[in-house]
Amino acid sequence: MMKIQQISVFLENRKGQLAEITHLLAENGVDLRAISIAETTDYGLARMIVDDSAKASSILLEQGNILSLNPVWVIRVPDRPAGLSELLMQLADNDVDIEYMYSLFAHKGEYAYMVIQTSNEEALNKALDGSDFKVIGMEELGLK
Amino acid sequence: MANYYQPEIETASPEEIRQLQNERLVKQVKHVWDNVPYYRKKMEEKGVTPDDIKGVDDLYKLPFLCKDDLREAYPYGLLGMPLADCVRIHSTSGTTGKRVVAFYTQHDVDLWEDCCARAIVAAGGTKEDVCQVAYGYGLFTGGSGLHGGSHKVGCLTLPMSSGNTDRQLQFMTDLGATIICCTPSYAAYLAESIHENGLRDQIKLKAGIFGAEAWSEDMRKDIEDKLGIKAYDIYGLTETSGPGVAFECEAQTGMHINEDHFIAEIIDPETGEVLPEGEKGELVFTAITKEAFPLLRYRTRDICVLSREKCSCGRTFVKMCKPMGRSDDMLIIRGVNVFPSQIETVLLQEGFSPNYQIVVDRVNNSDTFEVLVEMTPELFSDSLAQISKAEKDLVVSLKSMLGIAAKVKLVAPKSITRSEGKAVRVIDKRKI
Repeated sequence: MMKIQQISVFLENRKGQLAEITHLLAENGVDLRAISIAETTDYGLARMIVDDSAKASSILLEQGNILSLNPVWVIRVPDRPAGLSELLMQLADNDVDIEYMYSLFAHKGEYAYMVIQTSNEEALNKALDGSDFKVIGMEELGLK
Repeated sequence: MANYYQPEIETASPEEIRQLQNERLVKQVKHVWDNVPYYRKKMEEKGVTPDDIKGVDDLYKLPFLCKDDLREAYPYGLLGMPLADCVRIHSTSGTTGKRVVAFYTQHDVDLWEDCCARAIVAAGGTKEDVCQVAYGYGLFTGGSGLHGGSHKVGCLTLPMSSGNTDRQLQFMTDLGATIICCTPSYAAYLAESIHENGLRDQIKLKAGIFGAEAWSEDMRKDIEDKLGIKAYDIYGLTETSGPGVAFECEAQTGMHINEDHFIAEIIDPETGEVLPEGEKGELVFTAITKEAFPLLRYRTRDICVLSREKCSCGRTFVKMCKPMGRSDDMLIIRGVNVFPSQIETVLLQEGFSPNYQIVVDRVNNSDTFEVLVEMTPELFSDSLAQISKAEKDLVVSLKSMLGIAAKVKLVAPKSITRSEGKAVRVIDKRKI
């Protein structure tokens, strides 16, 4: 199955930390396609999908950030009521554990896109096989 | 009206005390020479024999012992009696997991308990009192020491040990405790709880004996006001038996050192030279009555001043001030000795960066202890659960190494302050 490269960055609980990171990407012309923040009381992490993950990660590393590159799946969901609910029911029925999930913008009217992480690739495959939900690749999303 | 537990010695003339110290020192040096090869070797290296020590004036000729010696000699190297004659051990936590273990004969325990009894009586304790011992019982000397002293005075002893505040308050009120023994930070915490629960009218406390950690005059006043008691300081360390090496009297102007059992010196921590009385330096103790763990010239690393000014209580024992600091990097947090190197060891074991910073503060009279650790690429992942697990494992390992809980805070790489290239390892914000 096609996977997409995700960049996770460590965030210290400090004012302006996230702004510094997005500013850095903006300055270098990196297009942020999806972002999700997970936090504890003391620190957090930002998970991101960008148009050029190799470029973005080298810029971030240069500035002393700590990051982790992980493959994730992007699944296309019909952009209508119950679209997501149907996908999630299907995943649940097939015992797919979702570790985290967030949405991605693709400017394509009739679909929404969800970024999903699971350690259960086989089950995910099975869940989506023959369904209306489609795993989307880098190219289709215009990512490098 | 002053109270003494052993008036004949507590108010003996300085000359009598000096005479007793001379005799006991000569005997003790012989005992150590004959029974502690570790120290005998040190004496031989310095070219000193027991014949050179005729009294306290010759003390400076003897070699020092320090914490490193205790670690090197662990566990039996400084033992002065056959194990068959020992009845107990106590222990402190030490760096890299190696502890200091001190041994006691029954005679040692008796004398130690006498010292603690003197402290309780000096705080106004009598056989009519109910003495609540809320120091930890176990390897820590605090619980056993005051417990034994309380028995000797004849108080009704409540062996509570530390923690479980609800139960402490219940026994304190139901059984009418009149004396409380614990660390000053726990006393402050109890005072706060009593205040919050509106129990002030139901407690009968008149005195508290608080030691094992540094506390300020402000903190004393605060505890005294909140509990309506007199708060007395007590000093000691496991290496010299435990609490009761020195204790405060009603004058509350320093702690009387039990000079019939310990000879105190103040030295220059850099040169080791003995400083004249009244000067500030490192406190060194020679135990002249201890059999099983007879440490001679043990460097406490506590910075202190001694005073022979006449005390209004009538005691003639020299007084030591509250320790003003340390000549090494040891921290005392909630009564527990913590060395930064212990934290470094745990961080490396758990795969964390050795770039850390300890932040100690005192909030509401209680020590806060935070360890800032820099995040590393190896530990980082896209899963918060995984990072949290590593963090929790670290908290557990720190607790097991140090004996007290630390709050761990993960921070960005290279964010820990470095001054002139050297990281600042400890920030102690406590104003003591």
